[in-house]
Amino acid sequence: MLIAVTINEGPYQHQASDSAYLFCKAALEKGHEIRRVFFYNDGVNNASSLTEPPLDDRNIVSRWSKLAEEHKLDLVVCVAAALRRGIRDENLAAGFRISGLGQLVEAGIEADRLVTFGD
Amino acid sequence: MSEGTVKKFMFVNRKAPYGTVYALEALEVVLITAAFDQDVSLVFMDDGVFQLKKGQQTKGIENKNFSPTYRALDGYDIEKLYVEEEALAARGLTEEDLLVDVTVMSRAELGKLMDEMDVVLSF
Repeated sequence: MLIAVTINEGPYQHQASDSAYLFCKAALEKGHEIRRVFFYNDGVNNASSLTEPPLDDRNIVSRWSKLAEEHKLDLVVCVAAALRRGIRDENLAAGFRISGLGQLVEAGIEADRLVTFGD
Repeated sequence: MSEGTVKKFMFVNRKAPYGTVYALEALEVVLITAAFDQDVSLVFMDDGVFQLKKGQQTKGIENKNFSPTYRALDGYDIEKLYVEEEALAARGLTEEDLLVDVTVMSRAELGKLMDEMDVVLSF
């Protein structure tokens, strides 16, 4: 199945990003294809390269970067939501790209399922 | 490819307009989705019904009053606006308190409508 994912909450504050990551991993292991992961609302904070969690905790941001590299995932951050929250190319973590909301709509059109993780 | 494909998108608005950013950012996705010529429906339920309340004044909280945008949805061919009957009643509101024309539906009817959608985004 062709799946698209959207994440609407920031890292650590909310479980959305953790759940989405585990969902994507499980879906890929089962042989499904992830068309795109779209970051919106506070979800854009998942793309900040300035994130530095304590060493004994998971690193949510670099975990996404690694998964993207391994599976050639398209991680897209909404530009309007990102600019509001101080996420820009200068502090964008590896594997993410900034683009418009049209990328979310397109993913919704093309994928068999759009799965939302948020409040 | 996405070209030419029209899917039924439903946006479910559940939050009050100004305590969080969800209502404003949901509206931004709604407008883009319409620009992609998709079949767009909006649902207002729970505290989301307050988004359509007439007479919003936001000066005191230093937020932009974006409620006029709901009146402009028409111009984007977005005409399917549904409001949850129970949510209005629970908040002492009626259709006359709302700034746009809507279809009021029971929670159960809305559930059936959601079933017919291709993509449901909830904010």
